[in-house]
Amino acid sequence: MEFDGERILDGINLYFNDHEFLTLLGPSGCGKTTTLRIIGGFLTPTSGDVLFDGKRMNDVPPYERQVNTVFQRYALFPHLNVFENVAFGLRVAKLHKQEIQERVHEMLGIVGLKGYEHRRIDSLSGGQQQRVAIARALVNRPKVLLLDEPLAALDLRLRKDMQNELKRIQQTLGITFIYVTHDQEEALSMSDTVVVMDKGRIQQIGRPEDIYNEPKNAFVADFIGESNILDGVMLADYKVRFFGRTFKCLDAGFAPNEPVDVVIRPEDIDFVPPEEGHLVGTVTSVTFKGLNYDIIVDFRGFKWLIQTTDHQPEGATVGIRLNPEDIHVMHKSEYSGMFGDYSSYSAEYDELTEDADDEEE
Amino acid sequence: MKKVNRLITILIFVFLYIPMLVLIVASFSSGKDITEFEGFTFMRYAEVFRDRSLLGLLGNSLLISILASSIATVFGTVASLGIYSLKPRMRKTVMSLTNIPMTNPDIVTGISLSLLFVFVGSKMLHQRNSLTFWTLLIAHVTFNLPYVILNVMPKLQQMDHSLVEAAMDLGCTPVKSFFRVTIHEIMPGIITGAIMAFTMSLDDFVISYFVTGLDFITLPVEIYNYTKKQMQPKIYAMFTMLFLLIFVLMVVMNLLQLRQDKRRKEAKQ
Repeated sequence: MEFDGERILDGINLYFNDHEFLTLLGPSGCGKTTTLRIIGGFLTPTSGDVLFDGKRMNDVPPYERQVNTVFQRYALFPHLNVFENVAFGLRVAKLHKQEIQERVHEMLGIVGLKGYEHRRIDSLSGGQQQRVAIARALVNRPKVLLLDEPLAALDLRLRKDMQNELKRIQQTLGITFIYVTHDQEEALSMSDTVVVMDKGRIQQIGRPEDIYNEPKNAFVADFIGESNILDGVMLADYKVRFFGRTFKCLDAGFAPNEPVDVVIRPEDIDFVPPEEGHLVGTVTSVTFKGLNYDIIVDFRGFKWLIQTTDHQPEGATVGIRLNPEDIHVMHKSEYSGMFGDYSSYSAEYDELTEDADDEEE
Repeated sequence: MKKVNRLITILIFVFLYIPMLVLIVASFSSGKDITEFEGFTFMRYAEVFRDRSLLGLLGNSLLISILASSIATVFGTVASLGIYSLKPRMRKTVMSLTNIPMTNPDIVTGISLSLLFVFVGSKMLHQRNSLTFWTLLIAHVTFNLPYVILNVMPKLQQMDHSLVEAAMDLGCTPVKSFFRVTIHEIMPGIITGAIMAFTMSLDDFVISYFVTGLDFITLPVEIYNYTKKQMQPKIYAMFTMLFLLIFVLMVVMNLLQLRQDKRRKEAKQ
């Protein structure tokens, strides 16, 4: 897909299974919305094909596709009330009055808006508008429902409720959901399949657990959760060397002595007394996070983030042990060296909170 | 400072409305002129309604303004949709082009239209009377169009474009989505555009003067002919009624605008 000569999507090859909850996850500008708009029919790809059940859909306009969309800002029709908004697609399809009545009422029941039929759209809260938007799309019984960051405009608690609600609706109706979000937690908790995208390319496709536990490259490792990413060398199968030590690991299939990225999740690291540790470092900062402490430890100038419930005072010398299952080895990629160093720890956290603020607007 | 501001505001209103006030007073005067105000009377109004020719002229004026503003509203709305779908740079260029005729002196527009009509009528269609009701209508539609576009365009730009996409997503063809969604969103702009076009048409003298034939004359043109003779006081009554009509239309227009702004503000909260 190209846009004003700029390549927005590159080599996207995706299969969507029936009844699946699939999430396109990535930072803004990664091409996930573009992908969704191509599926919805609002954009025609400059190259490549969109196939539904084996049929080429490239030139089929949106109004002839068996796909419905929940738009980012809901796009509810302000001149119609709740009932008429939901009934819109059915009226266009010229269904029988009786059937329209039944289907709209059934759908309003499913999204929990019974009794709101005659309310004006602008008298509804954000969460309610969201439900109307979902009902309006689903009442047409599409084969696929596209959702473009549908929860981005809701506050945190409402977002959590709606996540459960959406998952429940998807399971009740058995419709394929293609969901776009930049919120990794949302993606992991709702999806059957997660597609991580960046710079118009798919970085990894997999079940949420696999994406988290077996990230393919430094971008995925960093975008999904927190990661310490180190340079290492794969000596042989199940043997990786970094920080001047050789560790056992569970990864194999690399070339001998291949330079690799090593991921260690901050919550997998346990402190031990310094004399027992594989590595020994100094605590440089401690942040209380409620559930745990975020502790930054300096190992020979490289700072690691460690999440633990054990408090360590600043300046303490600590040791850590790494078990083979704590270590995940990845091939080098264009993202190597860009992520996973917590030397600029505080700055990174500032960025995260800024993001969070943006979402809640 | 506040007092000064208020005083100036009042003064401006006085300056703006005193001529109208004079006219209204004159229309109720039983004397020949405002200079010889003798007594209060509704007689002038009665005279207006008894004067067949004057009523006929008013009818002509209303006919031409209603027709011209309706046609201009339809064309202008369709044109706005077209301009809106252009790329932003092209859109800006086209918008300035459509705005120029509004600032163009009426007399220039009138004479150039007249030249065009005479040329087309006599040279190409071989008509003896090339200036008719139809040329007048075309001229009015022409100068009304920019006002409609000027009012509809901002409404299109304010509209959430995903509404159109949502309509298409729910099975509407582009045409259907216009009638089911877009038109409701831009309706306030269409109405104000139509009202503005109507008032422009109703009180146009300069352009009409050059493009109308002898078979169809509008009120302002004929009144101009009256001024060459002695002014009849019943004209004042007629003016007063025209003024009130336009005044009411403008108030309605502003109320519509106000209600819409309020609704938008509520929706934002």
